[in-house]
Amino acid sequence: MSNLAEAYSWINLRYLLEGLWVTIEVSVISIVLSFICGSILGIIRYVRFPFLSAIVGVIIDLIRNLPLLLLLFFTYFGLPKIGIKMEPLSAAIAAMTVFESAMIAEIVRSGIQAVDTGQMEGARSVGMTYWQGLRVIVLPQAMKKMIPPLVSQFISLIKDTSLATIIVLPELLYRAQIIYGQNTRYMIPMFIALAVMYFVVCYALSLVASGLERRTS
Amino acid sequence: MINVFMQHWQELLLGFGNTLLCSVIALFFSLVIGSAFAIFEVLPYKVLHIVGRVYIEVFRNIPLLVIGMFFYVVVPQFFVTLDGFTAGTIGLTLYTSAFIAETVRAGIQAVDDGQMEGARANGMTFMQAMWHIILPQAFRYVIPPLGNQFINLVKNSSVLAFVAGFDLMYQGDAIASTTFDTFNTYIVVGILYLIITLPLSYYMRYLEKKLA
Repeated sequence: MSNLAEAYSWINLRYLLEGLWVTIEVSVISIVLSFICGSILGIIRYVRFPFLSAIVGVIIDLIRNLPLLLLLFFTYFGLPKIGIKMEPLSAAIAAMTVFESAMIAEIVRSGIQAVDTGQMEGARSVGMTYWQGLRVIVLPQAMKKMIPPLVSQFISLIKDTSLATIIVLPELLYRAQIIYGQNTRYMIPMFIALAVMYFVVCYALSLVASGLERRTS
Repeated sequence: MINVFMQHWQELLLGFGNTLLCSVIALFFSLVIGSAFAIFEVLPYKVLHIVGRVYIEVFRNIPLLVIGMFFYVVVPQFFVTLDGFTAGTIGLTLYTSAFIAETVRAGIQAVDDGQMEGARANGMTFMQAMWHIILPQAFRYVIPPLGNQFINLVKNSSVLAFVAGFDLMYQGDAIASTTFDTFNTYIVVGILYLIITLPLSYYMRYLEKKLA
């Protein structure tokens, strides 16, 4: 029992909670940025501009099919070779944003495509322009269909921030490793703490999502 | 880029093979475990239902890396020794099985209720009906999402690099840190990942269109 009390001393807990804060900070910034970029890219994919949409489509497919870990390595260790140097925090945010934007673009595109084509035809026939129809009629309906996949994407983003431990971003997992590195008796308590903290954040988000879903449907 | 590949093709291909191997092993076992928990969820027993729910929610909401490191760092310290490849593959299997359980459950529930009622009316037991009637039909709905899970599995297998699993990412990292040519090495590694995932993802998209 004294082991547990030692492992969860206030100093250790505070150190972990600061890590949780870094995890949440990186997640929130990446979620906001990738939601904006992903929506723009998804609409570009849907609207089918000549050339632009095809090029965007190829880039999205390439990024979506690579491991996030590889993008993280590439951003932090590869890009400095061509003169782009970043701190761990900005490298993590950059890599996550690029990866998640591609994922969200696909969610947005398939969400818009799932809206019945009659909706756009109806909007056009009552005199709206294409963009008015898209903004006022189609997007709000698509948004409803996009909420569940978007939230599970955000949950996986939060879990994926743990990968940034490899580029020495001082987030939750990194700090837990430092604590049990000092004393192996802290190992199991630290893994329990990790599991609980990640679980609480992610599960809470999924509960909020299912609440939202029930309210909109 | 070509230089990196020509000089290190043996290590890279070994990593490529390991990535494929651990993905296939993890897919097989997570399909078995995932289907079992999916059936738990549709059985009329409250206790099994709760067990299934807890398993799925726990493994879905904890990062794969934490699960993998648990098997690499904690388990050998206190229980049995595991090499990196085994530890990583166990972690991958548990993590993926939770997602597959959700997919298979959705597939089972998409099969019309009348199928089960008809099977029971013909004198089959619940398990017989599940095995012969429901699951074969459910798997038709489940194939496209399962394909996407496999793509995720291949991408997620890169966490084996953290636990010395000698996968593609690990080999790439090793080459990058000996040659210092990080930029080109990671591009080569990326192309090798795309060789697996890109054709699969286009095929799944085609299947989805065909089945829809």
